[in-house]
Amino acid sequence: MKAGIVVFPGINRERDMAIALHASTGRAPAMLWHKNADLTGLDLVVIPGGFSYGDYLRCGAMAAQSPAMAAIRAHVARGGYLLGVCNGFQILTEAGLLPGALLRNAGLRFLSMDCHLRVERADTAFTNGYRAGEVFRAPMAHGDGNYFADDATLDRLEGENLVALRYATAEGVVSPEANFNGAARNIAGILSPSLRVMGLMPHPEDLVDPLMGGTDGKPLFDALAALEVA
Amino acid sequence: MKAEVTIMLKAGVLDPQGKAIGQALHGLGFAGVGEVRQGKIIQLELSETDPAKAKAEAEEMARKLLANTVIESFKVEIKA
Repeated sequence: MKAGIVVFPGINRERDMAIALHASTGRAPAMLWHKNADLTGLDLVVIPGGFSYGDYLRCGAMAAQSPAMAAIRAHVARGGYLLGVCNGFQILTEAGLLPGALLRNAGLRFLSMDCHLRVERADTAFTNGYRAGEVFRAPMAHGDGNYFADDATLDRLEGENLVALRYATAEGVVSPEANFNGAARNIAGILSPSLRVMGLMPHPEDLVDPLMGGTDGKPLFDALAALEVA
Repeated sequence: MKAEVTIMLKAGVLDPQGKAIGQALHGLGFAGVGEVRQGKIIQLELSETDPAKAKAEAEEMARKLLANTVIESFKVEIKA
């Protein structure tokens, strides 16, 4: 499986992502500066977290309009997989590759803490390392992670089974107490209808080694390691 | 020609910053303040000299970049 990480100015979690991908796939992912991002031959493209373009205007707004997005759209159009984490998720919604938007956290605070995620479906390339209903821990670090979409869009996401992950308690209860940023319907991660694009706010890449305090995020990257674009 | 684009979160979209501002105003003793909503203003200098065309151009910019119409509404005013 060949992975590449697209780096925009202000992105700062690309090395964490590279470590996680390297550990699971056995090969270092390509690090691709946005100005000359050649995505040819890649199975998976990842947009990592950070503060692209200083979060100017809106989180992800500038990166979503950058020329690199054309290459990323082409990668998706030819059947490639795309993962956006944190700022990467914000960029994907701003680019219209995933529906909705990420608002300022409901409590206004920047949240740097662990959360628990319940796996809503385990039959996708991103989540098949988990069981449906399984709960795993993931660090989060964001100021704008409050997922929003209008009711019709939320109903469609749920109707088409495109919610990948929800904020839950460690016991797997999807409740307001577990929903630290106030996300609509506790949504932490969503999928495109093709199931080849996923965006999520928390950082599974930061929990893939006992030295990091746990390996809860590793099944996601182990699953991705098995990917191959036909 | 100058255009001013006012961008606000849509009605129904939670505005926690507006809420915090409202609470701070209450803390300062402004007891009569009800709901507070905050947004942003973007001023554009345009080479276009026709007001209608300038407005249409600024509206296109708002739809494409300045506002995220999933969560925000915008209003364009042409100023001389």
